[in-house]
Amino acid sequence: MPDRRPKPEELLKLAQEEEARQARGKLKIFFGATAGVGKTYAMLEAAHEQLEDRVDVIVGWVETHGRTETEALVKGLEILPPRLVEYQHATLREFDLDAALTRRPQLILMDELAHTNAPGSRHPKRWQDVVELLNAGIHVYTTVNVQHLESLNDVVTQITGVRIGETVPDSVMEQADDVELIDLPPDDLLQRLREGKVYVPEQAQRAIENFFRKGNLIALREMALRRTAERVDQQMESYRRDHAVQRTWPAAETIMVCVNMKPRGPRLVRAARRMAAGLHAKWLAVYVQTPRHLRLADADRERVNQTLRLAEELGAETATVAGEHVAQEILAYARSRNVTKIIIGKPVRARWKEWVFGSVVAELVRNSGEIDVYVITGEAGESRPLITPALARTNRWPTYALSTAGVVLCTAVAWLMAPYFDIANLIMVYLLGVVVIATRYGRGPSILASFLSVAAFDFFFVDPRFTFDVAAVQYLLTFAVMLAVALLISNFTVRARQQAELARDNERRTALLYALSRDLAMQRGLENVVRVALQHVTEIFGGQVAAFIADAEGSLALHHEPHRRFEFDPKESGIVQWVFDHGERAGAGTNTLPGASALYLPLIGVKGPIGVLAIRHAQKGYLLDPDQIHLLEMLTNQIALATGRTLLAAEAQQAHVAAETERTRNAILSSVSHDLRTPLATITGAASSLLEGKEPLAPTARRELAQAISDEANRLERLVKNLLEMMRLEAGASRLKKEWHPFEEIVGAALGRFEGKLGDRTIETRFPPELPLVHLDGVLMEQVLMNLFDNTLKYAPPATAIELTASVSGHTLLVEIADRGPGIPAGDEERIFDKFYRADPAREGGVGLGLTICRGIIDAHGGRIWAENRPGGGAVFRFTLPLEGSPPRIEPEGDGHRHADT
Amino acid sequence: MPIHEASVLIIEDEPEIRRFLRTTLPQYGYRLYEALTGQEGLTQAAARNPDLILLDLGLPDLDGLDMIQRLRKLAAVPIIVLSARDQEQIKVEALDLGADDYVTKPFGVNELLARMRVVLRHAARAPGDTGDPVFTAGTLRVDLERRQVFVSGKEVSLTPIEYKLLTILVRHAGKVLTYRQLLKEVWGPLRVDEAHYVRVYMQHLRNKLEAKPAHPRYFLTELGVGYRFRID
Repeated sequence: MPDRRPKPEELLKLAQEEEARQARGKLKIFFGATAGVGKTYAMLEAAHEQLEDRVDVIVGWVETHGRTETEALVKGLEILPPRLVEYQHATLREFDLDAALTRRPQLILMDELAHTNAPGSRHPKRWQDVVELLNAGIHVYTTVNVQHLESLNDVVTQITGVRIGETVPDSVMEQADDVELIDLPPDDLLQRLREGKVYVPEQAQRAIENFFRKGNLIALREMALRRTAERVDQQMESYRRDHAVQRTWPAAETIMVCVNMKPRGPRLVRAARRMAAGLHAKWLAVYVQTPRHLRLADADRERVNQTLRLAEELGAETATVAGEHVAQEILAYARSRNVTKIIIGKPVRARWKEWVFGSVVAELVRNSGEIDVYVITGEAGESRPLITPALARTNRWPTYALSTAGVVLCTAVAWLMAPYFDIANLIMVYLLGVVVIATRYGRGPSILASFLSVAAFDFFFVDPRFTFDVAAVQYLLTFAVMLAVALLISNFTVRARQQAELARDNERRTALLYALSRDLAMQRGLENVVRVALQHVTEIFGGQVAAFIADAEGSLALHHEPHRRFEFDPKESGIVQWVFDHGERAGAGTNTLPGASALYLPLIGVKGPIGVLAIRHAQKGYLLDPDQIHLLEMLTNQIALATGRTLLAAEAQQAHVAAETERTRNAILSSVSHDLRTPLATITGAASSLLEGKEPLAPTARRELAQAISDEANRLERLVKNLLEMMRLEAGASRLKKEWHPFEEIVGAALGRFEGKLGDRTIETRFPPELPLVHLDGVLMEQVLMNLFDNTLKYAPPATAIELTASVSGHTLLVEIADRGPGIPAGDEERIFDKFYRADPAREGGVGLGLTICRGIIDAHGGRIWAENRPGGGAVFRFTLPLEGSPPRIEPEGDGHRHADT
Repeated sequence: MPIHEASVLIIEDEPEIRRFLRTTLPQYGYRLYEALTGQEGLTQAAARNPDLILLDLGLPDLDGLDMIQRLRKLAAVPIIVLSARDQEQIKVEALDLGADDYVTKPFGVNELLARMRVVLRHAARAPGDTGDPVFTAGTLRVDLERRQVFVSGKEVSLTPIEYKLLTILVRHAGKVLTYRQLLKEVWGPLRVDEAHYVRVYMQHLRNKLEAKPAHPRYFLTELGVGYRFRID
């Protein structure tokens, strides 16, 4: 049964696309067959219309090519000043991306989307600038010619014979919100060209002769029209999807293109993309990594890498599979991904090689079963690498010399053995030599050794000796077998060795990853995780490594290994930010700012970007190696996950603290509201009975009610005072106003406040006779003593004495207040000083702030306060105050104790 | 000295406080005038010529300390300042600027009446009149003419400064005196910032004249403000 309804995941994807589109700027492309059809003109006209609608339009870049009508249209539009770039003694004018992002217009005009930026710009290509503008939410109008589309590049070259150097990935065009085709019949265009409306006359003549031939123009026009039609088709389809118009949903086609290190790779990739676009199929690009891969020249490896990157840019999913047998691997992977069509390059090898070594294509076709196999021609030398790596080919000649020396050695050994052994045994010596050489130096040298061995054997040991003549015909067979055996041995040995190397390589990689993840798992805290990660990356890749981790506000902080500094160029901080914002790698070896000194990779965790990893390697191309990139990516994933995990843990911790704070706050609120309401309830109740009591109240009852009001009001006042004092202490607002006081006087002042409240309890004070002046804040110290008395009076039983003692030892004043009450519950000695803590919540009285305030004030004086239980029952509160500085001198009064009678 | 029918001007913006005074003070024989703002207070003080002014320091329109200075220019009428807690510094400034005493909100009616009685009594005294030559409070007797001090009938010997300090406190008995006022009177205008002198000599007086110096009965400390000789 056909699938008649969009699947939920498709709808989700739609919604996500729609969401992304909302935030992004809208891209409108003015699309034409060639230069001169009037794209720029149309774009400027559209801009003017927008301007009239009060849209904030600026011109980011416009090429008028000196055309007067176009220039006239530019007038009246705000033009972003170009950036001047010094390049090889010339000053180039370039679009200023940063200025545009700062200016933030609603709409920006960007002519010539395919333009290549001057070296040193942030992006090598203008279309990358445009993508960044769109991501920043700025709408963009731009112009593109059909020949600039990446996938049509080859076709255009075939038609016109002119290779276009500047291309735009098709994905940019596909993601455009609007494409307007600017069409002009070829005759009209040629007419315009002749009238000098497109190029200045002499240029125009050259152009007509080369590119603008009528045949070319017709072909290009057709391509442009077809491309636009395809787009309309796609829109129709997506309209249907959006509006759930029920139609047959084509069975999903999946196309897979197989690439190798051959230069035609990009061409295959482009062909695959065209086919995929035509079929609306998803497509994959696959490279099979055989043991041979390890022996490839760096340039070849890089070519594979670039082909895969091109495929990625064109929208393919890419994969590298490792295996011995190319055709089998391709088919296995294709089946695992439900591939319906395979595209592979036409073999270019000589026919005899196919007979000898077999043909991947033939095998593929034979075993493909239900999968269609498309074999496509390749044209060598057409590929332009995206980046030309400066890699030196390793010199392999010494290995050949060594292999020759090996054969010489074998000959010497055989020479010594010859008198005693049968000639057939001497062959064994040579075969042994070939095995050793194959193991050591690989295929080429071992093949050389095979031939040399046969020659040496013939020359030195076969009669007639010291000539290459052969006496008996049977020796020819001996030679043939010997050569065949030597070659086979060499081949097997080399292969075994390569597989071992590959296995070792994989094992090494797995071991590295395992070591990293094991070490990361053991770390706690961001600092440690980053340190370990950097250690590992440095060990594996060498060079300088650093990480930039974003904090809560999103600003990136540099971390590097303590003893191996990463010399960060502040000029590259823009790249770091870019990588972080876009989640793509940039810097050395990439397409974005390849001139940078280091490679910057994004660290993307579960909840989005976390930071950026930077690697700088002395050997510039080192990090371009796909193996290394692959390994690096796996490492960054691990690191990102570990870092993300750490950050999540920190967040969880913070959330826990916040919850705890919330809990405390609630406890405080309930405590305070209870303690405020209780006295208020009493006051309200007592006052209302005084006001509304029906019978005139007896004088004693009246008095009692008034007393209750008064007491509760006092309690309320104490409470408010404590709360205010606490707040001031916590805000650090109560700065100490220290003066020199006799301590006894402060005690006296505090005791004065308790007159009439002691009942039958007494307060006994003991002071040494010569108590020095103490430097303290009198008002706050009175508060301490009042709170301590208050607390003591709550617990001291009637008819007992409260003892207050002061003493001096060294530079410390010790004050003790002791009672005979119930004492302090065991374990509460410290907690009673905590905010809102009450030893006995049932007991009436304060909110549990008095002692906290005492501690705050004593701490501020540089002293210490604590509580203990007394031997014999009761509690004792002690505090110390430092006796600092020397008290001011009091000038003596001259003579006489008695005042003069005069 | 009869204080009946003394007139009191209350300058206070809080209606509840005014209501409380309006219901209470007439019962004790005071005639009450009310002003809600500083401006109105100044006008009424000039027009009514009250015997006593109760001035709230937190008026919405005029600064309390400013008010004291302007009222002082108007007349020598005694002023009692009503202030919130924890404003020791402002209390001291108000007193030094010429306010006669203060009560801290919230206050009980007894406390206010006691303060009022004291300032009215001091104000009623003619300039140069030093009052009774012999001052008595509890067991303490000070013979100002003979310059002799007795506790429970036994003469106590004081140094000249101690004696001078005592006489000033006694002369202003019941009224608060700031450190500055005491320093100026006893040590002269050069020592007005050395409050520890007063504190030390105050302690001497307590040691010589109080039964329990650590729990004084006469020489009360109002921390952050000054001292008061208690008479009740």
